[in-house]
Amino acid sequence: MSELTAPRRVPLDRARVLTFLQEYGVYAGVAVLLLANVAFTPHFLSAENFRTQAVQVAPVLIVALGMALAIGSEGVDLSVGSVMALSTSLLSLYLGYGPWIALIVAVLGGAVIGLANGSLIAFIGVQPIVATLALMVAGRGIALVLLPQLKDVRDPGLAALGSGDLFGVPYLVLIAAALALAVGFTVRRTTFGRQLLAIGDSRPAARLAGLPVRRVLILVYVCSGVLAAIAGVLATARLQASDPTSLGTLMELSAITAVVVGGTPLTGGRIRIGGTVAGAVLIQLLTATLIKHDLPPSWTQIAQAVVIVLAVYAARERGKR
Amino acid sequence: MRTTTTESAPAPARAEPLGASRGERFSALAQQHGALVTLVLVALAASIGFDTFLTGDNLENMAVSSAFLAVVALGMTFVIITGGIDLSVGSLFALGGVLAAWGSQYGTVVALLLPLAVCGLIGMVNGLLIARARLAPFIVTLAAMLLARGVLLSVTDEGSTTYLVDDTSFFARLGQDTLLGIGVPVWITVALFVLGALALRRSRFGQYVYAVGGNEDAAALMGAPVARTKIAVYTLSGLCAGLAGALNAAWLVSGVTILGTGMELEAISAVVIGGTLLTGGFGFISGSLVGVLLLKVIQNVINQIGSLDSAYQQVVSGAFLAVVVIAQTWLGRRRRML
Repeated sequence: MSELTAPRRVPLDRARVLTFLQEYGVYAGVAVLLLANVAFTPHFLSAENFRTQAVQVAPVLIVALGMALAIGSEGVDLSVGSVMALSTSLLSLYLGYGPWIALIVAVLGGAVIGLANGSLIAFIGVQPIVATLALMVAGRGIALVLLPQLKDVRDPGLAALGSGDLFGVPYLVLIAAALALAVGFTVRRTTFGRQLLAIGDSRPAARLAGLPVRRVLILVYVCSGVLAAIAGVLATARLQASDPTSLGTLMELSAITAVVVGGTPLTGGRIRIGGTVAGAVLIQLLTATLIKHDLPPSWTQIAQAVVIVLAVYAARERGKR
Repeated sequence: MRTTTTESAPAPARAEPLGASRGERFSALAQQHGALVTLVLVALAASIGFDTFLTGDNLENMAVSSAFLAVVALGMTFVIITGGIDLSVGSLFALGGVLAAWGSQYGTVVALLLPLAVCGLIGMVNGLLIARARLAPFIVTLAAMLLARGVLLSVTDEGSTTYLVDDTSFFARLGQDTLLGIGVPVWITVALFVLGALALRRSRFGQYVYAVGGNEDAAALMGAPVARTKIAVYTLSGLCAGLAGALNAAWLVSGVTILGTGMELEAISAVVIGGTLLTGGFGFISGSLVGVLLLKVIQNVINQIGSLDSAYQQVVSGAFLAVVVIAQTWLGRRRRML
């Protein structure tokens, strides 16, 4: 009977801790990494450093926004890296007609790939992972057929887009922030956003409720393709070169990581744009921290793997089913 | 190549109701043998179109290069039939190769056991996280992919060290010798496929694999050890990837760190082309072998057309995969509707 009289500790509510971690874990992670860097990394607190980190994270974030939409619809888009490659090829090829035409063609290319993905998924019922896998393989092939090797991109307009800034904030960061706000607004405030989440929650239920399931799914993958193409254009503008061989390789994994670490469940029905932004920043900071302390690049991958597993473990209680 | 089952053996994947309609039987046949028919047609066309296709050298070359992917696809088939996916196999393939090359200085036994132990362990951890912690296979094996690549870079001084295999050692001969004119890796692959097909079709474990993929809850209610089956298939997939990497290192007499990127996608493609459904519960070991051969024959044909470069190879492979999944989705839908 002694255990009844002994002072009892307040039991730690595991579910509540996990819920808290899922909601705010990624922000806490970013805060901890920032503080640790401020304390231990020399020259971390400089405008130049923040600028570099932000410019590097911008393309990943833009791709991750589209990925969040796909994952929210209980899908995934593996073709985003190839879409970046395709857009950089198209941009190079059409630059002769002026930067605006080239930009429009590059983004249209992404929309077409997205349309193909969406049609396979919505009309034929192919699983998203296979459909986008097919377009991932074919997309990079098309990009390389169009532009077989690395090519310098000399265009003053594009160069200004890649390296210019407004009141000290790089255009790349402004564009990424604007797109994040736009996608966040779409998810929360528009009919399309609500329909998308309903479809991700339960496709049969959405169909029975009379939602335009096919149209919404196609639109989701078109959005993802367009965002990836924009990321490709911005990366080209920053690097001042088109490299369809290596641009965007493994981008699908970085984007999925950012989305999942940000607390969007892979099972669909819920999208966290703020978390996705923080997830992309977290991965970038993690990489930068390890590099700045002269730890080998291989550690970055191991650390990233650990972060992913921890994040999904925290999310699993609510994300499951 | 085909694992035909007799009437007495229960085979969930091919179970058709008595008196199935002609359309349903056709769909089932097309789903099972469509890839084989396509392979025969493509090979026929290639041998008519190119004098260099049906030469001993070319066939031998195709067989050996198919062998490594085939071993990876073998493990992947088990995983996909349970309704899962394994994205870590490409990294494990590379890691297995490097560990084998490093271990070969201590003898063939170490060269084979070290990659099997490490890759099998990573596969088992995948399975544990998926089956016990109930995390999504896609994410768990993605993390394992990064982890294995990180470990690989760590043990090779960030990829700058290449471990060589003494090409007079028994281990190197395992990769390079031929038996009756056919490379040893090809023999090993064929043996593994026979074993794999027997395990899937004739063993209780195989029944559990189909049951878990068909309906996990029903399998659990029937008393199938769901968690143990899942852990086993991911371990098996890790072992296959590690072994394939080791054989590849013996063939190349070195552990190449840059190998294996995109291999998980190639293996998944081969399995899907071979008729296995990504939704689980339905699939064939033999189909995956046909899928691998089909991918390699197409690559070979494109290489034969000198003017086409590898970019077209990717376009054709991607388009081909799309056509196959469209056909399979259509056939599968038809089967379900009938």
